[in-house]
Amino acid sequence: MSTPTETTRRGHRGRIAPVRLGRWLIRLGLLLGGVLSLIPFLWMAIAATHRTGDLFHSPPPLLPGGELLHNLERLQDSVGFGRVMLNSLGVAVVHTFLSSLLSAMCGYGLAKFRFRGRGVLLGVVLGTMMIPLQVLLVPLFQMMASLGWVNTYQAVIIPFLANSFGILLMRQGFLDFPDELLESARIDGSGELRTFYRVVLPCVRPQLGALVIFTFMTQWNSFIWPLLMLNTEDKYTVPIALNTLTGLSHVDYSGLMLGSLLATLPLLLVFLLFQRQFVAGLLGGALKG
Amino acid sequence: MAVQSPTASAVRGTGRTRERADRRGRPRFAHWIFAGPAAVLFVVFFAYPLGASFYQSFTSTENGRTAWVGLDQYARMFQDPSFLDSMVNTGIILIVQVPLMIALALILAVLLNQSWLRFRGTWRTVYFLPAVTTLVAYAVVFQVLLKTDGGLVNQIAGALGLSPVDWLNDPTWARTSLIGSMTWRWAGYNAVILLAGLQSIGREQHEAAALDGAGTVTTYTKVIFPQLRPVLLFCVITSTIGTLQLFDENYTLTRGGPDDATLTPVLYLYKVGFQQMDFGYAAAIAWVVVAVIAVISFLQFRFFGRERER
Repeated sequence: MSTPTETTRRGHRGRIAPVRLGRWLIRLGLLLGGVLSLIPFLWMAIAATHRTGDLFHSPPPLLPGGELLHNLERLQDSVGFGRVMLNSLGVAVVHTFLSSLLSAMCGYGLAKFRFRGRGVLLGVVLGTMMIPLQVLLVPLFQMMASLGWVNTYQAVIIPFLANSFGILLMRQGFLDFPDELLESARIDGSGELRTFYRVVLPCVRPQLGALVIFTFMTQWNSFIWPLLMLNTEDKYTVPIALNTLTGLSHVDYSGLMLGSLLATLPLLLVFLLFQRQFVAGLLGGALKG
Repeated sequence: MAVQSPTASAVRGTGRTRERADRRGRPRFAHWIFAGPAAVLFVVFFAYPLGASFYQSFTSTENGRTAWVGLDQYARMFQDPSFLDSMVNTGIILIVQVPLMIALALILAVLLNQSWLRFRGTWRTVYFLPAVTTLVAYAVVFQVLLKTDGGLVNQIAGALGLSPVDWLNDPTWARTSLIGSMTWRWAGYNAVILLAGLQSIGREQHEAAALDGAGTVTTYTKVIFPQLRPVLLFCVITSTIGTLQLFDENYTLTRGGPDDATLTPVLYLYKVGFQQMDFGYAAAIAWVVVAVIAVISFLQFRFFGRERER
């Protein structure tokens, strides 16, 4: 009675062994790749706590050192990094708020109203996604110069408030919203803006969350346009300040690594807290089109 | 579209007394309250500069005077070694980096989709983290890691008995460094997108293929990957566009050097436009980039999208 089971079991094991080995090799490969993924982060954190001279000595420091505060002090003295972080935060928050609001409103307009010019607007929205920003750089720069907006935050924020990715993402969310609900809100005498704010917006919270996070991260990273617009240290955002530090004749590497760490921390924090929404925003373009 | 009908006005009469409303009882111009602000911004900050840039690409500005020069700016590019270098560099990155990264991302996505693998969420986060670094910050970190004298990478190479490499000052190695750092940042990002694509393909498909006697490799190449085609296409096209628009990474890492080895068209147009103030030429370069993006995206779309009907 027990013989057939034994043979099948043995046969089973014979097949399983290479599978197991394969799985362990895959785990090992993933581990190596993961280490490669994380090394720059670890190095950034370690380097931020050592003196520049120690970073390039052999052997390199592998544990945190005690220079963090000194590095912070120098970073503050060289470009006023505290102020720079606040500038970045301010620009990113204001931009994210206005841009997300505009995207939600425009997406709602496109999804729930039929009007002349709707097709054209939708075409323009799609078109902006295909035209790279670089084409606009020169005329936008001249425009900002003639408005006297160079080296101001409105120049950094306003030209890129209308975000086609955001509009399409929000439109997608609003398309499923039942018209009957809008009708009944109107019959109740609720104004259009009020209906939008009280009834419609709460229903697209997932998409809105994804958009807010995605917009914040994009704006925090934004480089070429602020690089053109902001030209005094007191106005710099984080990427511009880091870029300035790399261009100095005597580069303060540990300060630079601390700056990079501080630049990355808010993004890491946002990402780890809102990972789900972030990935949803990322996929908005890929899966729904 | 606001068609007034007798019934509509009757309905309106019983409800609110609003002057202009369509038959559903909504104000006639409500849509512009919502779509208007973004539309105005698009006209002012997109349509106008787009037209201006197109016009500019046919002009030349010398001593403050702008003159129409026809296609001269476009013709200039073909004799400009820096521009040609920038196109060659982009071509190299496109041919080497994009396939390398997409292949890595696909392998990663397949591995992270294995049901027997534990802590899949953690693995995904680990591989996605590079995509969350500030663009400039990661270029800075690679600059430090790749420093010739005592940079961490050369120190590790030394410990393994290899001679140090001049990562950022030798043309070939500078390109390699750029490709390596871009792959580090974007492979996990694409893997997460592909993983979501894989997850939308049901487990049943794997089981059905296994029942039909297909091995793991056959299941993937014959059943799973064909269904992943749209997502793959998305990754390939966005990566291609990103490469053709490359600026942040090479500007920070190498400033386009050494000897233009990492110069890209966008970095070049930045130099031409904003360091040499040659606006007409910069605009022409930008439009060539647009044209190249349009053509390549179209070709990829045809090439990748074609077999879907089969």
